[in-house]
Amino acid sequence: MLNVGKIEEGFVLDHIKAGRSLDIYDHLQLDKLDCTVAIIKNARSAKMEKKDILKVECDINMLDLDILAFIDHNITVNVIKNGKIVEKKELALPARIKNVIHCHNPRCITSIEQELPHIFYLADPRKEIYRCKYCEEKYMHSARLM
Amino acid sequence: MRHLMSPLDFTPQELDRLFDLANDIERNPAEYAHACEGKILATCFYEPSTRTRLSFESAMTRLGGSVIGFADAASSSASKGESVSDTIRIISCYADICAMRHPKEGAPMVAAEKSDIPVINAGDGGHQHPTQTLTDLLTIRSLKGRLENFTIGLCGDLKFGRTVHSLIKALVRYDNIRFIFISPEELRVPDYITEMLKEKGIAFEEVIRLENVMPNLDLLYMTRVQKERFFNEEDYVRLKDFYILNTDKMTLAKEDMLILHPLPRVNEISVEVDSDPRAVYFKQAKYGVYVRMALILTLLKTAERKDALC
Repeated sequence: MLNVGKIEEGFVLDHIKAGRSLDIYDHLQLDKLDCTVAIIKNARSAKMEKKDILKVECDINMLDLDILAFIDHNITVNVIKNGKIVEKKELALPARIKNVIHCHNPRCITSIEQELPHIFYLADPRKEIYRCKYCEEKYMHSARLM
Repeated sequence: MRHLMSPLDFTPQELDRLFDLANDIERNPAEYAHACEGKILATCFYEPSTRTRLSFESAMTRLGGSVIGFADAASSSASKGESVSDTIRIISCYADICAMRHPKEGAPMVAAEKSDIPVINAGDGGHQHPTQTLTDLLTIRSLKGRLENFTIGLCGDLKFGRTVHSLIKALVRYDNIRFIFISPEELRVPDYITEMLKEKGIAFEEVIRLENVMPNLDLLYMTRVQKERFFNEEDYVRLKDFYILNTDKMTLAKEDMLILHPLPRVNEISVEVDSDPRAVYFKQAKYGVYVRMALILTLLKTAERKDALC
């Protein structure tokens, strides 16, 4: 059994689908933070059999919950202060996401307009369907990220 | 300041006011002949569209305003690589309102985000063509006297036809509309439309043969199979003449059924049908000018113009 120590302040992202922790690391841009990050892959889980966990020691305001919620709203976000869990944040699919996924419609203006952000809005929360703000191209939430 | 990107940007109540204004313009054109004197409409057409562009130009000219613009991307700065965002910033300095057509979907929305003047989407690729929908609604309301309680047949290319998609989305906001979709299997209306209708509990059916449903229709909206929407020439050739509305088929229709078509037509309505009083597609083009006049007036009123030049 591998032991990873406690963190004093930051967050623990638990119940990440096994194998997705590196995607999340990239999307949260954790490589740009000058802090301690522990990536635990394939940890045993009673609920999921296998899961990934991310531990990040940093100011808790540095976490973009919208991106995280978009990637997987079943992730448990534990906020840590003074070495203790002070809050468990509920994630919900964000109403709008910017530059997290790309519009792949070749007829969309995002394919040619310089520096135009790729913005998607949640068109159908029940079916988890996002649509491009500009061309309304459908993006199924279950599909791959950019 | 308001823009028009989609026909749903206006509530049904706002549309009623717009159509009332359009009908008033139709009845009293002289009263509006100087309504836009000193105002300039920019028609920025990045792809050719004689009909829509001329309709906008006619609308502004009939209001006493002036028109500047370009008719294809080659004669604009887009050919030098200028972005839509930059172009509209410049156009905002030259004109008071802009009608934009662009082959890329969402381009007019990008323009609206950066613009100091109202922007009207005059067609963006296969996405939206809101002024066509406003034209269709005004034609129906003016000639039928209502926008509720009828059965409408939409025939032809229901897959790629953006006018059809926009019209359906606009009509579902009115009571007791029943849709009959008439198309070959390959050009069926997209799933997201039928799913939306199911969710809203709106009656619809999908059929292949036009003759079978003609007697049930209060309105028949014909569309052209558009060559430019096909990647494969072979598919286009196979499907382009699938439906031809002729006088024989018209004998099956109700006395007061109306035939609409966004135009241009190719073969889907035989020329012999033109003299039938139920064929209103040329009148529809006239309503297109009235509704654009009403739209220009309405949007200019909402614009908070800065006095200083940029």
